[in-house]
Amino acid sequence: MIAIPKVPTAPARADTTGAVFPGLRWALARDIKVALRSRAELAVQLLFYVIVVTLFPLATTPERTLLAAMGPGVLWVAALLASLLSLPRLFTADYADGTLEQIALSPYSLEALVAGKVLAHWLTTGFPVVLLAPLLGIQYAMDGESLAVLSVALLIGTPILSLLGAIGAALTLGLRAGGSLLALLVLPLYVPVLIFGTGAVEALRAGIAVGANLSLLAAGLIVAVVGAPFACAAAVRVALD
Amino acid sequence: MHWYRYSSPASFYPFAGRMIPWFAWAAAILTAIGLVIGLAIAPTDFQQGDAYRIIFIHVPAAWMSMFLYLVMAFWSALALGFNTRLSAMMAQALAPTGALMTFIALWTGSLWGRPTWGTYWAWDARMTSELILLFLYLGVIALRNAIDDPRRADRACAILSIVGAINVPIIYYSVKWWNTLHQGASVRPGESKMATIMLVGMLVMALAAWFYAIAIVLARVRVIIVERERGTAWVAEILRARA
Repeated sequence: MIAIPKVPTAPARADTTGAVFPGLRWALARDIKVALRSRAELAVQLLFYVIVVTLFPLATTPERTLLAAMGPGVLWVAALLASLLSLPRLFTADYADGTLEQIALSPYSLEALVAGKVLAHWLTTGFPVVLLAPLLGIQYAMDGESLAVLSVALLIGTPILSLLGAIGAALTLGLRAGGSLLALLVLPLYVPVLIFGTGAVEALRAGIAVGANLSLLAAGLIVAVVGAPFACAAAVRVALD
Repeated sequence: MHWYRYSSPASFYPFAGRMIPWFAWAAAILTAIGLVIGLAIAPTDFQQGDAYRIIFIHVPAAWMSMFLYLVMAFWSALALGFNTRLSAMMAQALAPTGALMTFIALWTGSLWGRPTWGTYWAWDARMTSELILLFLYLGVIALRNAIDDPRRADRACAILSIVGAINVPIIYYSVKWWNTLHQGASVRPGESKMATIMLVGMLVMALAAWFYAIAIVLARVRVIIVERERGTAWVAEILRARA
């Protein structure tokens, strides 16, 4: 049994002045420990990703050229759905047992704590998806170069999914029909990530430079890293009021 | 004129009531003029025949759909920043009209696409981003309906509207670039120079749509005010006077 760290109440004075990184580090370590306590749940989410990806050839065609053409899109859509499915993990349990309130009351800035939680969420749900993607891409008859570009695109893009999704997860905390509402709020916001992410592999297939799409994804990541924690923390405060 | 006076629902309610007839009549008259120009005076297009006449509805609705989202985000930002009740009510009143305009733009666009492009739906950049805009509107409305406490709903919807407004241009350009990579700009209707009278008709209809939106949003915000402030003495007074 790994001990879960307690919510910090009174950090040393030196800590509170610039309490961004200690708060982020604390939330990151805590959420990863909580996630590792329920490894089965993490495995089930990854299995969901694998199964969705497996369904598409069965529904369409096992023809190799067609599979290679639609592979990046299928892997990205499945990544979006897997991200969506895992979003309630971010806040729901903490909200239900009052931990989230304690976290909001802690002396660290809520933005930093939320950023730490999102980072932990990505490391436990988004990053495994990135690692699995090349394996599943082989099933779609994608060549090595396409797989490399797809992996890089997923590596840059999936953190954006966690960051944007966290806003939706916080907004729908404790609401009726939370799950389907979350999909309606979050999936339209995911559209640019999906387009630039698949666009990078498309560009490679079309013989155009892939840099533009990856740069745009990276720009989106920077904007999301800077902006999303503030929107998400504001949404958490609204939910706790 | 003391504008802050009207940030209070109690003084805005009668003010809005006085303004509604002006905007409603202006919308009705401009619609009549616009339709006469659009259906009777404007000449038949040499490429598209009479099918093009749907632009007199389609283009104003598309403009309003995007404009109203920005207006909604503006009132949302005010509501979050200054914690004003009326701004949040304005944002709430704008969402259904914005969604309606988006829907009309999509519907008329697809009806127009059939005779000119030969298909009801093409994954054209404008159509696709308009569809996603509709989802954004519906998301705001659904979030509002899912939250019982109106103050929490105000702030949650405000955050969502602002995040959406930042995303709208990103979505538009991402879809546009995606579209050019895939099929090239082949599905644009003929770039024939628009006759001045057509442009005038379209602008008149756009003004009509604008005034209609103002009138209907003011009417809706009055209903919202009465619903939300029903515990106050002045609303009780109004309701008693009506009864």
